[in-house]
Amino acid sequence: MDIFIQQLINGVTLGSVYAVVALGYTMVYGIIQLINFAHGEVVMIGAMVAFSVITALAPGGWPPLMVVAAGTIVAIPVCMAIGYGLERIAYRPLRNAPRLAPLISAIGMSIILQHLALLVWSRNFIAFPQIIKSEPYHIGGAIITNVQIAIIATSVAMMAGLALMVYRTRLGTAMRATAQNPQVAGLMGVDINRIIAVTFLIAAALAAVAGVMVGSYYGIAHYQMGSLLGLKAFSAAVLGGIGNLPGAMLGGVLLGVVEALGAGYIGDFTNNWFGSNYQDVFAFIVLIAVLVFRPTGLLGERVGDRT
Amino acid sequence: MKGRNPALIWVGAGLVAIALLALPFALAQAGTAWVRITNFAILYVLLALGLNIVVGFAGLLDLGYIAFYALGAYVYALLASPHFNLHLPFWLTLPFGALVACLFGVLLGAPTLKLRGDYLAIVTLGFGEIIRIFLNNLARPVNITNGPQGVSRIDPFRLGGFDFGKSETLFGLAFSAPIKYYYFLLAVMIVVIITTIRLQNSRIGRAWEAVREDETAARAMGIDTTSIKLLAFAIGASFGGLAGGMFSAIQGFISPESFVLVESIMVVSMVVLGGMGNVWGVILGAVLLSFAPEVLRYTVEPVQKSLFGRSLVEPEVIRMLLFGLAMVLIMRFRPAGLLPSAVRKRELAERKE
Repeated sequence: MDIFIQQLINGVTLGSVYAVVALGYTMVYGIIQLINFAHGEVVMIGAMVAFSVITALAPGGWPPLMVVAAGTIVAIPVCMAIGYGLERIAYRPLRNAPRLAPLISAIGMSIILQHLALLVWSRNFIAFPQIIKSEPYHIGGAIITNVQIAIIATSVAMMAGLALMVYRTRLGTAMRATAQNPQVAGLMGVDINRIIAVTFLIAAALAAVAGVMVGSYYGIAHYQMGSLLGLKAFSAAVLGGIGNLPGAMLGGVLLGVVEALGAGYIGDFTNNWFGSNYQDVFAFIVLIAVLVFRPTGLLGERVGDRT
Repeated sequence: MKGRNPALIWVGAGLVAIALLALPFALAQAGTAWVRITNFAILYVLLALGLNIVVGFAGLLDLGYIAFYALGAYVYALLASPHFNLHLPFWLTLPFGALVACLFGVLLGAPTLKLRGDYLAIVTLGFGEIIRIFLNNLARPVNITNGPQGVSRIDPFRLGGFDFGKSETLFGLAFSAPIKYYYFLLAVMIVVIITTIRLQNSRIGRAWEAVREDETAARAMGIDTTSIKLLAFAIGASFGGLAGGMFSAIQGFISPESFVLVESIMVVSMVVLGGMGNVWGVILGAVLLSFAPEVLRYTVEPVQKSLFGRSLVEPEVIRMLLFGLAMVLIMRFRPAGLLPSAVRKRELAERKE
C-alpha cells in the first residue's frame, strides 16, 4: 500500500508536468488541427536556458527560490520567441499545403533546435543544480518532497490561469472562435493570424515552465530530452481528447499515474520478466489503445476527421 | 511520353550498367572505405524505396520505419551468429527477417491505419521507440537481444564455398569483401527498383494513389482502403526488414544504437528531399543524403581548421542542421521534392491556375 501511495504521488507529479506540456499540443491542435511536432524541443530549450541562468546565479548567494524563478523568467521569453518562430517559419507558410507538409517542416525545425542546443549545451547530460534542498514530508508511509509539491502547485496554478484566460477574456473567446471555425471567426473581426501566433506563444510559455519543472525534478537535462517528453505529452493530449483543454489536464495526470504505477508494478505482475526499464513503453501503449478504442479521447466530443 | 529513340535508351542503360559494375574498382582506388560507404548508401536507397511505398505511394507518414530495419537486422543476427550458436544460411534468414518485419508491419498497421495521417505519424514514432526499448532491455531474464551491447560476430553471407566476408582474386581482379557485397546489394537494389516500378503502375499502385489523393472518394470507387493501406505498410516493412538483414551481415555487429529515431527521420528526409512517390527522386535523395556526411567530413573540417585553427562544429552536427534546414526549405519552396512525381507535378500545376 505504501508503494501504491508513493507511486501515486510520483505519478501525479510527473503527470502534472505532462499536463502542462499536453496543453501546448492541445491548444495548437485545437486551433489549426496540426500537431506541433517541435513542441517537445521548446520544453528542452526551456530547461536548458533555465539551467544556464541557474548555474550562473547559484553562487551569488541569492535565495534558491529566487534563482529558480529568475531562470524561469529568462526561459519563458526565449521559448516564446522560438514558439513564434516555429509558427512563422514552419506552419504559417504551409497553412494551405497538404497535411504532411507542415508536419515534415516541423520535424525539420525540431532537428534544427536539437542540434543548436547540442552546439550550445554540448551532447552530454547536464546536471541541473539542485539549489532547492529537497525536504521530504511523510504521508502515511509515503514521501512527498517540497520539489514535488512545488511542481504540482505550479502546474495547477498555470492550468487555472490558462482556463481563466481561455474562458473569461476576450482573447480567449477569440481563440475559441478561431478553433471552432477560422473563416467565420475572421468574418467576425478576429485577426486569425494574430490568434494563431498568440496560441503558439502561450503554448511555448507553458513549455518553458514545464522545462524548468522537468529539469528540477529529474535533476538532469539533455538536448534530446524533448522528443520523448513531447511524445508522452502528446499521448496525454490524445488520451484526454485532443483540442480539449480539461482533457489535456486529465490526460496528463492520468498518463503520469499509469506510467508510475505501471513501472512500480510491472515486475510483480510479470514475475519480474519485465522491469521498470519498460516505463517508457506505457505511454505508447496508452496512446495506441486510446486511438484504437476511443479516438476522440476521454473528454473529446468532436469527431476528429476534418480533412 | 515524348517519342524517344529506343536504341538510345538501350545504349544509355548499357553505359549506366557498365559504370555501376566498374564503380567499386574505381572507388577502391580511393580507399576501401569508399566502397563501404557506397554499400551503406545502397542500403539507404533500399530503405528509402521501402518507405516511399508507405509515404510516397500510399501517403501514410511512418516515423518509425527504422524499427522494421531493426527487426530484419536482429532476426538475421540472432539466427546467424554465435549468440545462440545458430548459423543458418543467409538465403533462409534474409527472407525470414523480411517476413518478420512484414508481420510486425501488419500488427502495427491493423489497428492504426484507420487513423488520419498525423496520428499515424505519432503512433509509428512510438512503435519505433517501443521496438528500440525492447531491443535494449530483452537481455534479462532470458538473454534474447544481448541488450545495449548488441550482437557481434554475425556471419557474413556464405554460399557453398563462396564467402562474402573474405577477399579473393578472380580473373585477375581483387574482390574485397565490400566489393562482393556491393554486387549483391546492386542486384537486390535493381530487383527492388523493378518491383517498385511494377507495383506503382499496377492496380495496387493506382489504388494507393487514389487513397493518397482522397480516401473517401477511393472508398466510394470500391477500393478496400484499409487493406490497401495495410498492404503498403506490409510491403514497405518487408523492404526494411530485407535491408536490415543485409546491414547485419555487412556490418558484422549490431546494437540498438543503430536504430534510433534520427535514423527514421533521415530516411523520411531522403524520401521527401528526392520527391515523394517518384522512384528515381527517392533514389537521388537517398544517395545525396548518404554521401552528405562524407562530403561534409572532407569539406567542413578543413575549412574550419583553416579559418579558426580547429574544428569548432562536428560535421555530424552540421549534417543534422542541414537536414533540418533542407526539410523546412523543401516543404516551403519545393514541396514535391527535387524530382517530383508526375502526379505531384500535375497537382501543383493545377493549384496554380
